[in-house]
Amino acid sequence: MVILNHQPVHNDVYINGSITLSGKVILNDMNLTIKAGQWTALLGPSGSGKSTLLRLIAGLDTAADFTGSITSSTQVSLSSCVSYMAQDDLLLDWADVVQNVCLGARLRGQGGDKTKAKRVIQQVGLNQHAQKRPQSLSGGQRQRVALARTLMEQKSIILLDEPFSALDARTRTDMQDLAAEQFKDQTVILVTHDPGEAVRLCQSIYLLQDCSVNSIAALSPPFPKSIDDKAMFALQSSLMTQIRQSKRADR
Amino acid sequence: MKQNKLWNSGFIYSLGALIGLIIVWQVIVLITDVPRFILPPPALVYTAFVENWRLIAEHGLATFTEVMLGLTVGILLGIATALQLEMSPTARLFLRPILVFSQAIPVFALAPVLTLWLGYGLISKVTMAVLIIYFPVTSAFFDGLRKTPPGLLDLATVMQATNLRTLFYLKIPAAMPSLLSGVRLAAVYAPIGAIIGEWVGSSEGLGYLMLLANGRVKTDLMFAALFSLGALSMSLYGLVNVLIRQFLFKYENPSDRNSL
Repeated sequence: MVILNHQPVHNDVYINGSITLSGKVILNDMNLTIKAGQWTALLGPSGSGKSTLLRLIAGLDTAADFTGSITSSTQVSLSSCVSYMAQDDLLLDWADVVQNVCLGARLRGQGGDKTKAKRVIQQVGLNQHAQKRPQSLSGGQRQRVALARTLMEQKSIILLDEPFSALDARTRTDMQDLAAEQFKDQTVILVTHDPGEAVRLCQSIYLLQDCSVNSIAALSPPFPKSIDDKAMFALQSSLMTQIRQSKRADR
Repeated sequence: MKQNKLWNSGFIYSLGALIGLIIVWQVIVLITDVPRFILPPPALVYTAFVENWRLIAEHGLATFTEVMLGLTVGILLGIATALQLEMSPTARLFLRPILVFSQAIPVFALAPVLTLWLGYGLISKVTMAVLIIYFPVTSAFFDGLRKTPPGLLDLATVMQATNLRTLFYLKIPAAMPSLLSGVRLAAVYAPIGAIIGEWVGSSEGLGYLMLLANGRVKTDLMFAALFSLGALSMSLYGLVNVLIRQFLFKYENPSDRNSL
């Protein structure tokens, strides 16, 4: 297996503060530590502020107001060391797979490294499709291209915003395995509404509900957990119970 | 079941519609017995065309030149304006009201003034064609530039793209389907502009020929010129579509591909 040269992984992220949306408190007085070199889940229902939190870390515009601080253990600015993968694969219809994978380099005017792109495309199992355009790929294959594009960036913090939630059950599980393998021992922040996904992939879980953030005792490595792992099911059901105890915001 | 290609292409239906139209026309002439100088029968128009085809071709070439120049300049100006509007918020504040106001004045009303300023030659017709297509192209392209999927822009931000590279690698390609719709519209409008220009004052072109033939009660020649103009416009539209399909197909919206 080909292993990419990763940048230093010791880059913890600390988040303190509150998020409000037009006067209404979304997340109050949170205090999170995202440990370097492992997967952290931000688990919560729609509207819990988990995507907003991820966008704040990525340095993207949000409709909400944030008071507080997001800092990293090294003095490097966070926005220069993150890469981002969303539920929508965000592929360019007019470009082929290789060009899509090289997008970041192109946007920075660095000229894409085609050899590296080919290697990354092979890692996600798409070498036969390198010259195709996104329209002729399936949903799962498109998300693999998005994964390859994220790998290509070689950033020390990887932000995943529900990247697998639009896929069918089988493809989703395959993609979880692939992502877990490719981003092994890296700093990954996974936003998800699915307790099963959080438990299966993440060494550290934050549950976002009722305007607060709580750390949940997660399983210990290795990840991803096998799909018939008993401890995983136990934790998943206890998490689900806990989630269902909270008031529904939309009722 | 094997299908005939000609049958599938829709060409046969267009031909059928045309023949039907000619039959209806002939029947109207027969029933109402209108004088030839009001509505000549199809056969007479055909004869006029065959007898005068050199004259028609000569004037057709003049109109074609005006239209092609107008189309090129108009599209380039439209693209430049839309890019300027996209890149500069100040330009948006000042240019947009002027653009909209310019559309409130019918181009027809400007034709006499343009002829006065620019003379009876080629320039005033090209300007008319430019004026008539400038706004549709600008507005279609600018709309497209404003509608880049927000997710793509987020991606560009995270990837630390410069504004200019975001424009060239994301916004412009994403706006291409809108621009191409604008260009297709322009191909239809440009001949209208040129003809208006010729009507107001000129010494050549199909518009001029139609006025001339009309004045001399050569209604058959006028109809022959009119149909030639129609054929010219349709060929232009077809040409633009072929060029788009040939060179810019990858930017096209899959749903636009089967438009006329």
